[in-house]
Amino acid sequence: MKKKGVIKRRFVDNVMKIVSFAAAMSGIFFLFWILIVVFNRGFSAFNWKFFTQISADGADGGVANAVLGTAIITIMATGIGVPLGILGGVFLSEFGRNSRLGNLIRFSANVMMGMPSIIIGLFVYTMVVYSTKTFSGFAGAVSLAIIMFPVVLRTTEDMLCLVPNSLREAALALGTPRWKATLHIVFRASKTGLLTGVLLAVARVSGETAPLLFTALNSYFWPCDPWWRIWDVFSTPTPNLTVTINDYAMSPFEGLNRMAWGASLLITASVLLLNIMCRIIFREDKR
Amino acid sequence: MKLDSKKSAKNSKNPGDEAFKIICMVSASFIILMLILLFIELFHHSMPSIRKFGFGFLWSTGWDPVRQDFGAFPSIFGTVLTTVVAMLIAVPTSFVIALFLVELSHPIFGKVVGEALDLLAAIPSIIYGMWGLFVFAPFMQDHVQPFLSKKIQPFLDSAAAFIGRATGIEIGLPFFSGSGMGIGVMTAGLILALMILPFTSAIIRDVFKMVPSVVKESAYGVGSTTWEVTYNVTLRYGMQGILGGIFLGLGRAIGETMAVTFVIGNAQKVSMSLLAPGTTIASTLASQFSEAVSQPLFKSVLLELGLILFLVSFVIQILAQLWLNRVRKSAGGGL
Repeated sequence: MKKKGVIKRRFVDNVMKIVSFAAAMSGIFFLFWILIVVFNRGFSAFNWKFFTQISADGADGGVANAVLGTAIITIMATGIGVPLGILGGVFLSEFGRNSRLGNLIRFSANVMMGMPSIIIGLFVYTMVVYSTKTFSGFAGAVSLAIIMFPVVLRTTEDMLCLVPNSLREAALALGTPRWKATLHIVFRASKTGLLTGVLLAVARVSGETAPLLFTALNSYFWPCDPWWRIWDVFSTPTPNLTVTINDYAMSPFEGLNRMAWGASLLITASVLLLNIMCRIIFREDKR
Repeated sequence: MKLDSKKSAKNSKNPGDEAFKIICMVSASFIILMLILLFIELFHHSMPSIRKFGFGFLWSTGWDPVRQDFGAFPSIFGTVLTTVVAMLIAVPTSFVIALFLVELSHPIFGKVVGEALDLLAAIPSIIYGMWGLFVFAPFMQDHVQPFLSKKIQPFLDSAAAFIGRATGIEIGLPFFSGSGMGIGVMTAGLILALMILPFTSAIIRDVFKMVPSVVKESAYGVGSTTWEVTYNVTLRYGMQGILGGIFLGLGRAIGETMAVTFVIGNAQKVSMSLLAPGTTIASTLASQFSEAVSQPLFKSVLLELGLILFLVSFVIQILAQLWLNRVRKSAGGGL
């Protein structure tokens, strides 16, 4: 280190302290700026019609169909992505902790987690939309499931690794088969951890837009009409909140822009609620 | 006989167990399959474009769907430019934020601020887009960009002229030239910086915590100030982890789609001015797709752009993982 005067060194130190405080505060400032804007403008779009009407009527209508569509797509994605992810996580923590295959899988999962979601959307477009020859809510669900898969896989592995080995050994010593020990003992011990992992993955994909642009597209009508024609989700474009925001925000009509803000508030509020819920569950568990 | 059956029970494994293991292995292996399929599919479907334009695609600036002439350079250039702007802002900021949260703040206050910053990462990309388009871009247009183009740009011009005279090389520094319209490369870069800030600062925070307190205390013991400890000791000790975090942020910035598409202006042009509209690979994909669906070559061009983005993200992720793994290993041994 070069020799410097004490006063200068103290000065630099204090300046950096102030700068770092200011940087942290500016992060908070932007968080609140965004949240306040979204809540403020979003609430002004809320009315009875907004929640009950479909978007076929534009600014006079609502986004009920998009809410339902988003729910269907997210539930389908969860149904595909979560079981795969949990089973994969079980493999990593129970069978392949230090195997070459396990390391390769862990590595690929980390790489997949960092892949831009738009690439996943393109991929599902070439796989599902090409082969079924139509945009569909199902294709959207597949793309979201592929985004969820590595997230669930890695959190499951982390959570299962926290379970002490003595618990597994105790179960096996009683003659329990491995699968039973895993599903009934290890899973029970890490229940909340697994739940938070799944919820976080759901929160992450429910705000996704880019992959849905290429897969689910959007529509102004109910995702399945009448309600029991659920197979429509597999064969027609499905309405969803995020692509609706995209379409309405680009529109020159102020009424539609306001609807986009309303939809933004719906998405933001649910994603933040999920996130905060996860943290509370997890903290309760740690106690 | 009894002994025999016991022996066979011991040797043959429980069939349920074997099945369970195989099911788990197959589901886990899906992720490798995905990664390989992703590459094959994108490559396969971008073949028409690769055959037509060859490597020249990478530096061609054409973009004319009517004459079927396409080039990737504006998208690649815009991606690099927005990412550079975002990283230049986000990396130092997240470094000092981590410094504040780990070393300076009261533990409880630091925790609250840290959790709030994590929430910043949870806000969906399209919400950043909405805020950027309707709130932040007008703000930039009214308050920041006039200052940059009227006050800073003349200064840059005279600096360029001075360098030109001194070295004999004519250069231009038109970073803030033109009148800003709010939307453009700079606004996109700033929003990107805000979006990757929580990721990089979270990782740098973890790295800061990983540095053994003995190392820090010995630096304090010889009279270093907090900043000197951070800059000379913590930073060097955790350099690889911080690099890994930076690369994770870089991966996010490069592939970020909706927020950028909303605010960058989607112009297939190459301009050195940060105030001008531009485009990135991801925003080109998102904004041109609906037009391209009915044109096979156009669609293939977009898929080739996707392939480029995939390959770049792949390399970035691998570097990030390598660095982070190395830190995890050394910290595991050192702590």
